[in-house]
Amino acid sequence: MATEANSDEGGLVFHPMDQFIVQPLFGDGPVGMFTITNSTLWMALSVIAIIALMVLGTSGRSTIPGRIQSICELAYGFIYKMVEDVAGKDAVGFFPYVMTLFMFIVFANFLGLLPAAFTPTSHIAVTAVLALLVFVTVTVVGFVKHGLGFLGLFWVSSAPLPLRPVLALIEVISYFVRPVSHSIRLMGNMMAGHAVIKVFAAFAPMILLSTGLGLVVTPLSVIAIAAIYGLEILVAFIQAYVFTILTCVYLKDALHPAH
Amino acid sequence: MEGDIVQMGAYIGAGLACMGMGGSAIGVGNVAGNFLSGALRNPSAAAGQTATLFIGIAFAEALGIFSFLVALLLMFAV
Repeated sequence: MATEANSDEGGLVFHPMDQFIVQPLFGDGPVGMFTITNSTLWMALSVIAIIALMVLGTSGRSTIPGRIQSICELAYGFIYKMVEDVAGKDAVGFFPYVMTLFMFIVFANFLGLLPAAFTPTSHIAVTAVLALLVFVTVTVVGFVKHGLGFLGLFWVSSAPLPLRPVLALIEVISYFVRPVSHSIRLMGNMMAGHAVIKVFAAFAPMILLSTGLGLVVTPLSVIAIAAIYGLEILVAFIQAYVFTILTCVYLKDALHPAH
Repeated sequence: MEGDIVQMGAYIGAGLACMGMGGSAIGVGNVAGNFLSGALRNPSAAAGQTATLFIGIAFAEALGIFSFLVALLLMFAV
């Protein structure tokens, strides 16, 4: 499809989906299970950035926090309060997991906004693994803590008796759709935003092709890129927040399955 | 103009699937608007409910993203 768009006369200069291609970093062989790709590179970069921020920030440990230490404390306090408020006081044991998820997603999203960067979270392969891990964790925790009582999550005891089997069916379906929507939400938002930026970026050099039309299209698309980039900064944070808070909601369901 | 009728159908279907995003836009607008009208009536209680706001937006948005996914599948997978 990319070659079609390129060969068309007056078509886009590059295809907006080209930025999502996973390529090997060294050489150009096939992408196998253990090939080091640009996706690997940017995931590693976000992990290194998180380690740098947290280790640098907490190495001083002064009573009056400096700038980097304030950021660390802000992030820590933000997630800790979220776990406590949404999932309950007995869920703070899961705080390290939730914090790791949030930091990884937020850094991958923000590093992906750099020009010429690659966004690992725009790939379903990455987000599906994150979401499936949450799903498996929540299910296992539910069954370990409550045994078969965890199935009470699907049996809405506050509803009238004839309605309960119908509701149970809906609850079971919605339970199994969770990892799907959880992963696709993050991947869809990241991918759609980056694709829109690249669509406008492809229209930006229009002034080189035709001066008359270009005088209108080029400034408009440059302004649109700036505006959508601003929106994307917001979306990058909000999607990480939403992913984390939904993890907390699912954890709450596992720890307190009764309706 | 070459190509076949299957590809044409896939492209038309991808365009039609985008209408689902309008539905999710209405849903997200509903959630945010109702939150704002409630928050203006009782601003002191609003701060504690922002998490609920984002959860509501996330659920409303998920269905719009499913339509985006259908469009992507039609464009690249069919």
